[in-house]
Amino acid sequence: MIGLEVHIQLTNLKTKLFCSCSNDYRGTEPNTHVCPICIGLPGSLPVVNKKVIEFAIRLALALDCKINNQFWFFRKNYFYPDLPKGFQISQYNKAGGKAFADGGKITIRLNNHKIDIILNRIHLEEDPARLVHKGSIATSPFTLVDYNRSGVCLIEIVTEPVISSPEEAREFLKQLKSIVQYTGISNLELEGSVRVDANVSIKGYDRSEVKNINSFKEVERALRHEIIRQKNILKRGKELIQETRHWDDKRRITIPLRTKELEEDYRYFPEQDLVPIEINNDFIQKVKSELPEMPNERSIRFRKEYGLTEFDSYNLVLDKNFADFYEEGVKSYPSFGSEEYKLYCNWLMNDISRWLNNNNKTIKETKITPKHLVDLINTIKDGKITGKIAKSFIPDLMVGVNVKALIEKTGKKRISDKEYILKIAKEVIINNPEIIKDFEKNPRALEALIGKCMKKTKSRLDPELTRKILLELLSNKIKK
Amino acid sequence: MKLYNYMGYELIEKIKNKEISIQELIETSFQRIEESEHLLHSFVNFSKEKALERAKLKDKDLKKGREIGSFYGLPLANKDLICIKGFPTTCCSRILKGYHSPYNAFVIERLVEQEGAIHIGNTNMDEFAMGSSTENSCYGPTYNPWDISRVPGGSSGGSAASIASGQAILALGSDTGGSIRCPASFCGVVGLKPTYGRISRYGLVAFANSLDQIGSITKCVHDSALLLEIMAGKDPLDSTSVNIKVDKYTEELKKSIDKKVLGVPEEFFGEGINNEVKSSVKKSIEKLESLGATTVKVTIPHLEYTVATYYLLCMSEASSNLARYDGLRYGKMSQNLKGDVYDVFSRTRNEGLGAEARRRIFLGTYALSAGYYDMYYIKAQKVRTLIKNDFQEAYKKCNFIVCPTMPSTAFKIGEKVEDPLQMYMDDVLTCPVNLAGLPAISIPCGFDKKDLPIGFQIIGNYFDEKGILNIGYQLEQELNIYRKTAPVVKGGK
Repeated sequence: MIGLEVHIQLTNLKTKLFCSCSNDYRGTEPNTHVCPICIGLPGSLPVVNKKVIEFAIRLALALDCKINNQFWFFRKNYFYPDLPKGFQISQYNKAGGKAFADGGKITIRLNNHKIDIILNRIHLEEDPARLVHKGSIATSPFTLVDYNRSGVCLIEIVTEPVISSPEEAREFLKQLKSIVQYTGISNLELEGSVRVDANVSIKGYDRSEVKNINSFKEVERALRHEIIRQKNILKRGKELIQETRHWDDKRRITIPLRTKELEEDYRYFPEQDLVPIEINNDFIQKVKSELPEMPNERSIRFRKEYGLTEFDSYNLVLDKNFADFYEEGVKSYPSFGSEEYKLYCNWLMNDISRWLNNNNKTIKETKITPKHLVDLINTIKDGKITGKIAKSFIPDLMVGVNVKALIEKTGKKRISDKEYILKIAKEVIINNPEIIKDFEKNPRALEALIGKCMKKTKSRLDPELTRKILLELLSNKIKK
Repeated sequence: MKLYNYMGYELIEKIKNKEISIQELIETSFQRIEESEHLLHSFVNFSKEKALERAKLKDKDLKKGREIGSFYGLPLANKDLICIKGFPTTCCSRILKGYHSPYNAFVIERLVEQEGAIHIGNTNMDEFAMGSSTENSCYGPTYNPWDISRVPGGSSGGSAASIASGQAILALGSDTGGSIRCPASFCGVVGLKPTYGRISRYGLVAFANSLDQIGSITKCVHDSALLLEIMAGKDPLDSTSVNIKVDKYTEELKKSIDKKVLGVPEEFFGEGINNEVKSSVKKSIEKLESLGATTVKVTIPHLEYTVATYYLLCMSEASSNLARYDGLRYGKMSQNLKGDVYDVFSRTRNEGLGAEARRRIFLGTYALSAGYYDMYYIKAQKVRTLIKNDFQEAYKKCNFIVCPTMPSTAFKIGEKVEDPLQMYMDDVLTCPVNLAGLPAISIPCGFDKKDLPIGFQIIGNYFDEKGILNIGYQLEQELNIYRKTAPVVKGGK
């Protein structure tokens, strides 16, 4: 069983959790986004950033959590160079404390099944500073501390230990990322905006906690490794112990950090420099009324409005910008109907998604516009280019070249000239006697001949016409 | 009469009337420091040059008719744990030696930058305000101006000694369990600890943040009221500061106290309270009765648990508040860098923190540890609530509670150093006030046979600083001993 603790930075805040330093520390000169409060100078006091409460309510509502009407902070005490006060201001759901919100769930789809991943709680805390090493942590001759990150607001999402496989964990994180994006509280594409700790146990045995998984992509990998490691230990007849392990993303293994006996005692107790903050229901209702459509609602609507399949709509809405692209595109051309809705979706889900994956980009980071894709679909429909040529346009479209310019530039207009196609087809038949021989036994060899014709003309021939002409030529030949 | 024998409010008038210059006043302070500091050791750092420079500027501005703030350059002594921009703030700890704060505390911003008091130096204190005698300072002890073989009380002992001896006119202190009222009582001056939340703690280095409160030490109640008027109020940088109307405290002083009901809690006059102290305080209560106040018996049944409760809580909080001193970002790091980061942190803290600070960190860490937390911290919090309730019950019957400030008068240097528990017991009459978060003031009400001052404590209900200042002022005027300046000698009796 797997339980996850996901820490996400609220990157869309303007200022840090307890001071007015800018939240946007990435790419800045080290230790320039700091003040007496976030580096914990003697005499400084924290003050809660009010916007944080609104952001946390948004997420709690989107995750179906029960928001506690009063919230306050606890101190988590431990020594480390990244922690300027010697304690982290966090929340605690024991010792008289309460999380920001309890419960909640995220529904995922895996192999055509719907699974509810139940949450335990979400809570707020401050991010420690960033430790910088030369090369790897093991070989670096020094550790530098950059306090620019110190005091940035984190929200921690804790699941119940109900996740049964690394794939489920992956889908859970995909959904979580999507929901976070829709709520507008954070951009999880930013480096270092996500950190995951995973509790992994085989039923009936002690769990291990794997710390330091620093991206969603690493989670599945780390979990796979840890499960195999635990299984191997049991296979060898050895015992599993409760311990904390560290995910080494360079070597792709988990390494032991400490055992239960050496588990740190954080001496949680209330942070009395901050007074408890009341969250009244009116405010929650106000935030609720301003909450945008969430991915699951959108997915249902896409199925209804555009006739998409459950699978397509589920995946299409994951990235909000991607789904926005889709809606803008299909709505921009009023004569589009269910056929085009489906086509448009296919283009996005297949060729464009593939390109994005290969180039490790999101749709927002490219220059393709919804209109480009409309043009592409219409140009195919009009018979001006073939689907195959259209596919070859994708890389250019992604960098902002429009369809018309592409056609002109590459001369990739579709050729429907019968005489010309006949000429090409004859050449191909003469040059490929083996395929012709094969065709006599296997009619599917025709596809290979079409391919040869296309290759000769850079895919510009009308495929249907080519097929017809080739068939005619071949049947005449066989009759002879 | 020397200038330093005048009250602050009188000096303001003299400056306004051009009888004296601000420069003269500041020079007088430094002269007085020169002649007495070697006997007292009230200060740990001076800002003489800057103070004189400011004085001259202010005199010029005053001549030109410019606004120079309501304190007209009065010399201000600051406790060494309230941050002043560019000035050393060491909390009298080796671990902060060399640390200069890059910002001003809220009260410094108000008093110095806005209202024109002149900072003359930082005063000695127990390290991180942990102590009742000012003997736990890394700079060595301060001596009581009434008898330099004795302690001035603590932890704001330097501030109290500087006022009692005329080195400064106004002084700042902080009070976590009696740290303003105890030295005020031992040094025969006025010490005010306002309600928790009345004055912003921004820039006050934390010892126990749920108990700490900034306050003043002055020669008279009127000066105390002047300071509070300026320091009180909501500060957006301190979430625990409260947005409640700030009274014109100076205008309330002379109001009649007729029919005011004074609660006299018998537990505060029990065993362990020195008889001379008891009888002096009782005489003062009679004086107040003669002014029209009436008395009623009240009870604080949980008083016997307050010292234990107070120390559990303040040590727990201190263990966390002092965790930041690891030498990494500021302060003094150990020269020995062998081992890993934890070795260096441990060594730095071991070398940099004094015995009392370490004792409190150890005990506080223990009290917050898994398995002990419920037994100690949580239980102490519950008793704290009971003590609060005790006071609220008492205030149903009376307007103020009156009692001694300290169980005794000033003791000898070194007398209690070996016995921390006995030292802790001295807080029994002051620390319940911090646990409840109430305002209290200590007024000199007489002397014992050794000519050592005795302190009279008035505890008000929440945010009734106006009330305790009023009672305090009336008592002070009636007793009329407040102009007596400490002799700065070794006591003979």
